[in-house]
Amino acid sequence: MAVAEQHPPAAPEIPEPHQSFWRSLLNVRSSAGVRRTARVPWIPIVIISVIVIMAVFAPLLAPYSPIDQTLRDKLLPPAWMEGGKDRYLLGTDQFGRDILSRLIYGARVSLLVALLALTAGGGVGLVIGVVSGYVGGKVDAVLMRLVDAAFTFPAILFALLLAVTMGQGIGTLVIAISLLLWAGFARVIRGEVLALRQRDFVQLARVRGCSSLRIMATHIVPNVLNTFMVLVTLNIGVVIIAEASLSFLGAGIPPPTPTWGLMISEGRGRIAEAWWVALIPGIAITLLVLSVNLFGDWLRDRLDPRLRQL
Amino acid sequence: MKRFIARRLIQGVVLLFMVATIVFFLGRLTGNPVDLMLPEDATAEDRAALVKTLGLDEPLLDQFVIFVGKAAQGDLGQSIRMKQPAAEAFFNRLPNTLVLIPWALLLGMALGIPLGVLAALNRGGLLDRFAGTVAVLGVAMPSFWLGVLLIFVFSVELGWLPSSRMGGPEHYVLPVITLGTFLVAGFMRITRSAMLEVMESEFVKLARIKGLSETTVIWKHCLRNALIPVLTLWGVFVGNLITGAIVTETVFAWPGIGRLTYEAVIYRDYPLLQAVIILKSILILTINLGVDILYAYVDPRIRLT
Repeated sequence: MAVAEQHPPAAPEIPEPHQSFWRSLLNVRSSAGVRRTARVPWIPIVIISVIVIMAVFAPLLAPYSPIDQTLRDKLLPPAWMEGGKDRYLLGTDQFGRDILSRLIYGARVSLLVALLALTAGGGVGLVIGVVSGYVGGKVDAVLMRLVDAAFTFPAILFALLLAVTMGQGIGTLVIAISLLLWAGFARVIRGEVLALRQRDFVQLARVRGCSSLRIMATHIVPNVLNTFMVLVTLNIGVVIIAEASLSFLGAGIPPPTPTWGLMISEGRGRIAEAWWVALIPGIAITLLVLSVNLFGDWLRDRLDPRLRQL
Repeated sequence: MKRFIARRLIQGVVLLFMVATIVFFLGRLTGNPVDLMLPEDATAEDRAALVKTLGLDEPLLDQFVIFVGKAAQGDLGQSIRMKQPAAEAFFNRLPNTLVLIPWALLLGMALGIPLGVLAALNRGGLLDRFAGTVAVLGVAMPSFWLGVLLIFVFSVELGWLPSSRMGGPEHYVLPVITLGTFLVAGFMRITRSAMLEVMESEFVKLARIKGLSETTVIWKHCLRNALIPVLTLWGVFVGNLITGAIVTETVFAWPGIGRLTYEAVIYRDYPLLQAVIILKSILILTINLGVDILYAYVDPRIRLT
């Protein structure tokens, strides 16, 4: 696309070489410069922490099994509503499964897929971006054409195709979602590397006779890690929504494993009699994505304000 | 201009070839394509016939040539479930999706562009923050859930609007809102940043020095120029709408190509899915090409890059 090709080749303010990710996060002055630093987003951090704890300790926290059916208790409303039972805080679905328990286990799937897909997709994007930016020339031209192609083509169609040909499962899902991510990472990181390549410490390393591989690994990569972390955070929401959408479309992790997208899909047919089955998981998704996006915005302002245009 | 169009065309064809290659090899590499292409109760004769038409006893490369050759002639195979050519099924449903897209685009622009302008004018102010919240929320809500929520509120509780299928104008409201909501955020963001950039430029200063009214400066001089980047996003957005329609049409049982894609997935109708993906790619590439040409026409600087 025409717009995206106009990446500014030189960027004025680049964090000091080898400034660690955590140091620049804690150091108020660092990359934020004279900008007023935004307040720490405590509410999103609390929400994210709660969901992460839910996911990690699911077997300890969930009151019931997420897949065992109790048909006698089916479609019970949440406890605070008329007809609800205290045993089922958020009600039950059409198979008498406890919604709260499914929600807690569903967090596992969402976060696990996010972790794996961001590692795979982000990692590939990082490598391609660094190589493309540092090596330049024909390699760069070819890789960037690939990135453009990936942007034009909707990855969700490939995800559906993979689910049909390779079968549903977490592996398929992770590959499919990685395909959605890598190009964005590659493009932004390449832009960073183009600027870094001109810097003195990189030139010096080259003069000293360091190999390209060594320069990329020890001088370039550590300096794009901030950007990388910001991209990862800003993409968590994208991954969670993609996972939920694919589950909703029957191309995610197969039932009965509880996922938030699948819960919405199973509940939507009974929206008239039991709204809680479909609406509660959606609230969880919206809250989580909202929180990670707000957190990501803060992190970006803190670590790499130049990414604002994204 | 001709060279520009030619280059874009060639890029499009290369991309399409890549899509066809991926679709083809994914279908072959994973197990037996006969199982993917035929219903489970297919007879031995059916199988033999398919092996022959697809050339499955030939080397893989020859099979690929047959596949591309047939696709170029518009033969994209037979849908398993619908028992009709997959391309035909696609084109029967296409109009139903195409009537939805302009409305969603219109909704996105009608809300997103003014909101973006107001946010830019009130930079850092209350309106800006409100617009920011809208943008953040619009991105955080999965659109399929928004659709279910709208059905619950407006069809089930209030009983104002129908919840599914095509029909009179009232049938359009909920699907269009579901499809268009994430565009509001997109149009808002891009308009805001484009406006902020244009408002700094020399010709806007000149317009002010000339003594033009603030309304003319903002809505005529600034917005007109800010709309150029907004225009390029059309291509991306229409692409998003075509894929977004999968989920929206599924929620509202809308008989378009999105719903068709969903059906191909849940019924494991591989020939149909394969055809849908290739035809959708052609559709998206054509729209992108159209937007690029329009963009190059509006802003001649683009042709040089």
